[in-house]
Amino acid sequence: MTAKMQARHVSVSYGGVAALDGVSIDLSTEHVTAFIGPSGCGKSTFLRTLNRMNDTIPSARVTGEVWLDDEDVYAPAMDVVELRARVGMVFQKPNPFPKSIWENVAYGPRIHGLGRTRGDLDEAVERALRRTGLWDEVKDRLKDLGTSLSGGQQQRLCIARALAVEPEVILMDEPCSSLDPVATARIEELIHSLRGRYAIGIVTHNMQQAARVSQRTAFFNEGRLVEYGDTSAIFTNPREARTRDYITGRYG
Amino acid sequence: MSPPLPTDWRTPAMRARLHRRQVAETRFRRLGMAAVMLSAGFLGFLLVAMVGQGLGGFTRTTIIVPVDRTAPVTEAAVEAAAVHAYGPDGAALLADQAWRTARERVAAGRQVIRVAAADPIDAAFAGNGTAVAERRVAALRPALRSEFAWPFLTGADATDPVRVGIWGALKGSLLTMAVTLALAFPVGVGAALWLEEFAGRNRWADMVEVSINNLAAVPSIIFGLLGLALFLGTLGLPRSAPLVGGLTLALMTMPVIVIASRSAIRAVAPSVREAALAVGASRMQVVFDHVLPQALPGIMTGTAIGMARALGETAPLLLIGMRAFIAAPPGGIADPATVLPVQIFLWSDEVGHGFVEKTSAAILVLLAVLLCMNGVAVWLRGRYEARREGGR
Repeated sequence: MTAKMQARHVSVSYGGVAALDGVSIDLSTEHVTAFIGPSGCGKSTFLRTLNRMNDTIPSARVTGEVWLDDEDVYAPAMDVVELRARVGMVFQKPNPFPKSIWENVAYGPRIHGLGRTRGDLDEAVERALRRTGLWDEVKDRLKDLGTSLSGGQQQRLCIARALAVEPEVILMDEPCSSLDPVATARIEELIHSLRGRYAIGIVTHNMQQAARVSQRTAFFNEGRLVEYGDTSAIFTNPREARTRDYITGRYG
Repeated sequence: MSPPLPTDWRTPAMRARLHRRQVAETRFRRLGMAAVMLSAGFLGFLLVAMVGQGLGGFTRTTIIVPVDRTAPVTEAAVEAAAVHAYGPDGAALLADQAWRTARERVAAGRQVIRVAAADPIDAAFAGNGTAVAERRVAALRPALRSEFAWPFLTGADATDPVRVGIWGALKGSLLTMAVTLALAFPVGVGAALWLEEFAGRNRWADMVEVSINNLAAVPSIIFGLLGLALFLGTLGLPRSAPLVGGLTLALMTMPVIVIASRSAIRAVAPSVREAALAVGASRMQVVFDHVLPQALPGIMTGTAIGMARALGETAPLLLIGMRAFIAAPPGGIADPATVLPVQIFLWSDEVGHGFVEKTSAAILVLLAVLLCMNGVAVWLRGRYEARREGGR
């Protein structure tokens, strides 16, 4: 098995305050990897180092290595625009652009020049919306504002927007935390269907969700990677007492 | 230990507190209402007073002159016709140069030839002339009529209130505003974008920010001095020109646009920026595809406020020579011109009788331009928002 993304000894500090300390994790297309841990443990920070979203925070300092296939993500030659197109991200709160549904999905392909004609873009939009199961719900109102959809639909629209640029990796930062159980179930199904094609990393506060959607789980605490391995092993037979306390709800 | 009791809302002290809160709410609401009524009252008073005084400025009393159409229409012929019709003082009833109007109207084939009446007649006909003129008007009444004075809207400044026009100043104002907008809008929005999206937090950016905020508070006449020294002194641009006036007002308007634009840009949700970055937009694409379109309505409101202030500005323009007597409308931005507020200022200084209502009329024109400008801003904003809601 070859990992799509490899993080090696990644440490992050914000203005001198350490947030993440020496984390090494792989993401592959065969597994969905879940990141769990109490708030402020550094799991979101880790996710944001993978597509260099931390670049937008001036005080953030990143050390260690992140590889996408055989390319160094933090090499000076790496173009962040290309990186973020290859490593897509979905955020905690659905954040569609205040533009039409079509615009939302077509934006990525258009700025990267993936569709030359309007027809190409229409096709890309339909493909991405079908993959997220949103197509049948919105095909008659592609001109409506993306923000007019329900919360769950908005989040699937955001996933479609990320898929439309044909990324290799998808990072999700608590994608279901503002959704109801029905919408959450749809997103989880979607994650299942995307596995194998994309390397997926998902941050979640919901233990059942981590157990349901992932094959690998990483437990973070206070900026350190406490335990990392097969999800089934972590949830049934954790090596560390802290992991056991956290997943059984006795801690954090 | 007894369990804690629920709060007792029935005690007199509690009742009194609730009552006081309600009274305070009502009082505050009434005060707010009173403030709105007061402002509306002032606005209404201003409009009524200005319209009442100014409408006279748009009209002119005319008098019928039975000119002999078979002979050439000369000054002497028109005066003779007036003397023939109204008696020995007939020629004095006509305004200066009225015979030219008579000649034009005869050439145009009008049935009844009306020309502008002299100032005292005009004033008396409007009800504020001398006793002598009032008596004369009473005798002449069938021959007199009030007409809309087109020359006021098409002419430029003159020494005689009968022949002054507002078009010169109006055109000067429009040209000046065009220069101001063309310079202040792109530079102001650009500066705001740079400060908010690209500058980051450092001492240099802080210094620029403090300077801009202070610049917005500088009295406008200081900008006039700056314009005088910079554009006329150093750069040697033409005096009294809308170009220089526009540049000077742009300096004054820019900080207002920068401040309004910055707050509009800051109000754009950070999540939208993140979303765009995460699909691989460059920072420029984030700014121009997402931040600017969302901030534009706010930016336009700020610009309209800044432009309205610039339109009414007098002091800095006096310093760069836009108070000169200009008897012809400017042909371009480099020609000598004056602007509406300066024209109002100049006319209000004149002691001549007819200038009082001309001043009010000019104020009405200025208000109309202001309303048009704001109307265009509101329309643009509405159209823009409708388009964004609407389509792909």
